[in-house]
Amino acid sequence: MAEIKNFTLNFGPQHPAAHGVLRLILEMDGEVIVRADPHVGLLHRGTEKLAESKPFNQSIGYMDRLDYVSMMCNEHAYVMAIEKLIGIDVPVRAQYIRVMFDEITRVLNHLMWLGSHGLDIGAMTIFLYCFREREDLMDCYEAVSGARMHATYYRPGGVYRDLPDKMPQYQASKWHNEKEIKKKNQNRDGSLLDFIEDFTQRFPHCVDEYETLLTDNRIWKQRTVGIGVVSPERALQLGFSGPMLRGSGVEWDLRRKQPYEVYDQLAFDIPVGKEGDCYDRYLVRVAEMRESNRIIKQCVDWLRANPGPVIIDDTKVAPPKRSTMKNDMEALIHHFKLFTEGYCVPEGEVYSAIEHPKGEFGIYMISDGANKPYRVKIRAPGFPHLAAMDEMAKGHMLADVVAIIGTMDIVFGEIDR
Amino acid sequence: MIDMFLQDILPNVLKILLIVVPLMLSVAYLTYAERKVIGYIQVRIGPNRVGLWGLLQPIADALKLLLKEVIFPAKSNLYLFLVAPVLAIGPALAAWAVMPFDDGMVLANIDAGLLYILAITSMSVYGVVIAGWASNSRYAFLGALRSAAQVVSYEIAMGFALVGVLIAAGSLNLGEIVLAQQGGFWHWYFIPLFPLFIVYFISGVAETNRAPFDIAEGESEIVAGFHVEYSGMAFAIFFLAEYADMILISMLAATLFMGGWLSPFDGIPVLESFFSWVPGLVWLLGKTAIFLFLYLWFRATFPRYRYDQIMRLGWKVFIPVTLVWLVIVSTAQVFDIGPWFTESAVITAGGG
Repeated sequence: MAEIKNFTLNFGPQHPAAHGVLRLILEMDGEVIVRADPHVGLLHRGTEKLAESKPFNQSIGYMDRLDYVSMMCNEHAYVMAIEKLIGIDVPVRAQYIRVMFDEITRVLNHLMWLGSHGLDIGAMTIFLYCFREREDLMDCYEAVSGARMHATYYRPGGVYRDLPDKMPQYQASKWHNEKEIKKKNQNRDGSLLDFIEDFTQRFPHCVDEYETLLTDNRIWKQRTVGIGVVSPERALQLGFSGPMLRGSGVEWDLRRKQPYEVYDQLAFDIPVGKEGDCYDRYLVRVAEMRESNRIIKQCVDWLRANPGPVIIDDTKVAPPKRSTMKNDMEALIHHFKLFTEGYCVPEGEVYSAIEHPKGEFGIYMISDGANKPYRVKIRAPGFPHLAAMDEMAKGHMLADVVAIIGTMDIVFGEIDR
Repeated sequence: MIDMFLQDILPNVLKILLIVVPLMLSVAYLTYAERKVIGYIQVRIGPNRVGLWGLLQPIADALKLLLKEVIFPAKSNLYLFLVAPVLAIGPALAAWAVMPFDDGMVLANIDAGLLYILAITSMSVYGVVIAGWASNSRYAFLGALRSAAQVVSYEIAMGFALVGVLIAAGSLNLGEIVLAQQGGFWHWYFIPLFPLFIVYFISGVAETNRAPFDIAEGESEIVAGFHVEYSGMAFAIFFLAEYADMILISMLAATLFMGGWLSPFDGIPVLESFFSWVPGLVWLLGKTAIFLFLYLWFRATFPRYRYDQIMRLGWKVFIPVTLVWLVIVSTAQVFDIGPWFTESAVITAGGG
């Protein structure tokens, strides 16, 4: 018999299911994958190097752009690293705000993931359903920071400013008349907290809606059950974290195991999968959305009852109040110094990790005592996940590769950095 | 010569135009309906900018496609590359020749109509396969292979489902199949042949490469499959063929299982006379529209099957189901069992 050569397929970097700029070299035996070789680096922007040449505060914005679907979580790890180095205690209210926005971000990320995972597998409608709820959460981002995505809201020592009393409103246009707009603005009359509370009440029903579309759908199950199975031991060896690890049945969550901020005072469960296949990871993420919703609710209640400062009162690190700057020379100088030179951080090194929606997101930072970090290393959760591509995809079919890329929840901003 | 032209050719050309022009228009507005229906399913509006409620959108799309450059990939086989769209659209239009729109309203009233349709629709896969081959692209090639395997598998299930209709009606002529269902909607074949009806329609969806069986195009897997290298009008022709096929399959489902142009109120005392003024064509189009809506509904709801799962569904589920039901139908036919088969059994026996 003549020798049959395998077929090599260049998957991406411009492919609808490549989630950005993934390039896979697939060696295929017919439709079956023999070897999957991910090529990364097409979105490399040198974030780590850039951070070394800027005062600490000016890199917060770069962190947003790492994993550009869970912006505030990235900021959180970075800001926490600085705080650990200087040794600042963050006001409790700021901690609650951070936790609330971390969870909002988790929901944002999981909604994006669910939508695009569905779209990869061919279910279109779920995508738009998810984006409908994402819109509301984006508005929360907009309310606190003015930006819908790259917020730069967390600062060393707290958050930029307190939660606003007003929500951004829809405006009437040629396509939407006053009456429609009034209906759309109905839940935007009160403060941000009112809006978020309203959202937490609506959201479980929305999750039910997504689940009716997918959870018991036979085609969805055929496409995800038994696909990309990773055993718990192997998941640990491969350096998985987050839902990828929990989907395999390992109960590991930094919010529980190494509590940061106020997570130890909040009630939530950690959903864990059994089989370690795409379907279990799907269920874990959906359950996580419900848990996040619970946490957000608790934070809203606490934040309502406990007003207070949201950033430390140390003008060496945090900018002074505008009003004091008008009369106080020292405040003006602090402001000027802070925004030109920044602040110096004591010598040392620190690793701060948070439970990012995608897994363990960590910042390792070395300071030599200057106003810039000597070295910043970002531990992106997506990188080890993507590295397991070959192992997960081997023996599956081309269509499953797409499902596996989807289940990994990869975003190239963080992988290529 | 001129006599022949006036008597034979001209009327036929006019009839063909009378079919093709409305067909092309319905294809255009089917795309509009698709975008609107799926839009509303997905809590959005759909096209609403070009013309009133976006009604001119299909026209704008057609113009855009007409004016776009057709790009020929450097290493493609130019001849096959150009023949493929022709092979795709040809059968999609030719199949309409035997479609009865009303009693006697048919271009070619041939006795082997059903067989003709089966043969012609099978041809359309050549367009897909050749397009995939000629493009010299691996994605297109995979799409073509998938499509070939899929169509071959589903053709069998579909063929068996149609054999059921043939046994029940005792004729291959589409007009006679409709007339055999006369006498109220409980005489329509979707009731006695229910499993075949389901198999037929699902196979039809698979045959036209529509979601959830759209693995030949599989946007998130092989980008656009067989037509990934086509642009402009060459792409538009594939598009037209796909949608014309969709309408054909829907209209066939209406004809074979839902009584074609017959009114659903036949045999119901008051309603029958009340609706007797409605032309048969309207009923036929209404029934077709229901099936077309199902197509769109499927697309908005279901995830995509995987290639091997489609094969499994075709070979391990549909073909056994049709085979079993064929035995049941034949038995009922031969032994005159049940309310549906007695009348036509006489015809079959008489016809030999």
